[in-house]
Amino acid sequence: MSLLDNHPLTGRFRSDGEAVGLAEYERAGGYEGLRKAVKSLSPEAVTDEVFKANLRGRGGAGFPAGIKWKAVPPHPGSACYVVANADEMEPGAFKDRVLMEGDPHQLIEGMVIAAWALQATAGYIFVRFEYQRAARRLEAALAEAERAGYLGSNVLGSGWSFDLHLHTSAGRYICGESSALLNALEGRRAIPRAKLPRPTTAGLWGHPTMVNNVETFCNVPHIITRGAAWFVSVGVGPPARRGGVDGGTKVYTLSGRVNRPGWYESPMGTPLRTLIEEHGGGMRTGYALRAVQPGGASTGFLAPEHLDMPMDFDSPERFGVRLGTGTVMVHDDHTCPVGALHNMERFFAQESCGWCTPCREGLPWVEKILLAFEEGQARPEDLEALAMHTRLIDLSTTFCAHAPGAMAPLESGLALFRDEFERHLREGRCPYLTGT
Amino acid sequence: MLSEAEREEITQEAARYPERRAACIEALKIVQRHRGFVADEALAEVAALLGMSTAELDGVATFYNQILRCPVGRHLLHLCDGVMCWMQGEPALRAHLQAQHALRPGVTSADGRVTLLNTPCLGLCHQAPAALVDGEPETGLTPERLDVLLSRLP
Repeated sequence: MSLLDNHPLTGRFRSDGEAVGLAEYERAGGYEGLRKAVKSLSPEAVTDEVFKANLRGRGGAGFPAGIKWKAVPPHPGSACYVVANADEMEPGAFKDRVLMEGDPHQLIEGMVIAAWALQATAGYIFVRFEYQRAARRLEAALAEAERAGYLGSNVLGSGWSFDLHLHTSAGRYICGESSALLNALEGRRAIPRAKLPRPTTAGLWGHPTMVNNVETFCNVPHIITRGAAWFVSVGVGPPARRGGVDGGTKVYTLSGRVNRPGWYESPMGTPLRTLIEEHGGGMRTGYALRAVQPGGASTGFLAPEHLDMPMDFDSPERFGVRLGTGTVMVHDDHTCPVGALHNMERFFAQESCGWCTPCREGLPWVEKILLAFEEGQARPEDLEALAMHTRLIDLSTTFCAHAPGAMAPLESGLALFRDEFERHLREGRCPYLTGT
Repeated sequence: MLSEAEREEITQEAARYPERRAACIEALKIVQRHRGFVADEALAEVAALLGMSTAELDGVATFYNQILRCPVGRHLLHLCDGVMCWMQGEPALRAHLQAQHALRPGVTSADGRVTLLNTPCLGLCHQAPAALVDGEPETGLTPERLDVLLSRLP
């Protein structure tokens, strides 16, 4: 049994931390999926396989990739784009960095297969500014892939051409919102676009554009090589809303005061407890687990009694949280939960694009109130002001999901840490010395 | 005046997109790599080169965190202020930088050597607290380690 059976996404990683090169990638079965797709499968057959695998988008929303791919209309003679969203800026998230640094060809192969399925003409990998090491490795891998005929004109002798470019951003969380990302790629302020028309119909420069997360693309070569049935058999999740089951593995990350923070590729649906206690080795001596955010800063807090929650896309909803990016943040009893909320809401307020009022005005207000709690200036009615924001800011009042995402930790935090808020009020100060 | 090298790099970048203006963010970064920051005159020239108005390009430039519109030191220290770094020592690092090196966010040291800037989560949460020194990741930071890193900067 090869490492790839249990760890398809990270099984090729080198032990020295360097990127897997082209020769090494090919020796381990790399670009076989692309060869199979281009030589023996029609574009429609490739899309069907991804659809049957029920590959759900790994960027946070879990939208099935196959449905998104099928939404791209026929576009004879016109441009069509495939874009990898590598603007990983969610606090707590680093899975895409790990995948790009460790095995850049895997992302490239996934993108070229997707491009073949959609008969796309060009593609962009949109990498956040700070991921310079990942960008360097991707740039080198792109050059290797082009020299080997996997990219550029006449891919593998098929007569179909596809150019893939690296775009490094200039730092802004909202670029991870897929329509804002398209504006950034066009050289504009990264303000989200109206929901309709969808990018798959009219995206980059008005042409059909399919945006997927890095990890989503990385799964594609394995689905094409081994088949949808294999992919579905890997997951341990319950039946999903859209038929089928959550399949494949997930690159989970773990941070906070656990013994072994890091990244762990594990079957989709692995219980949170397994991640924290087995992979992460449990809490460090002297620290107790207070709460967990299962998928980055825009996901709610989960109480310790719910650690058996399966980490797939649907189960977390039963616990009032989301899987998000599957990037687990563990909060301990030495850390002020009000201060943690202030840190995260300051981030969301700073990263608001400013386009719509609830987000532009509401998030700074929330941040100021939380700061007042930390500085001993808050009044009892401020608790209601915070709660009001969680009621008023939702997807029906904002232009995109940025501010509603910011409300997820606040809403659950107000319920879970009520006594901590009251203690701040009572003592007129923050009772913790976090990070000092 | 933009240098020949800057013009050439920007023109090359523009070829990667169907519209020239799509290269504007990369163009600003090219100018920044050559000069450390993007001055008004350089911004106007880039706008003209890519067929944009100066105001429009300034709107783009000021939107993105990493486009620097005023002069900075010879080196950049980006200290991560993400929640996992905050939890595990970032406040102590910040206090140390201010007390021992007179460095506050957005401020350049008196000798013009280093500018401290805050940055959102760097995605190095499992090795917190973290920073970028001239773009390169440094992890598991302590005040002592920061002293060493700063002393190495020419």
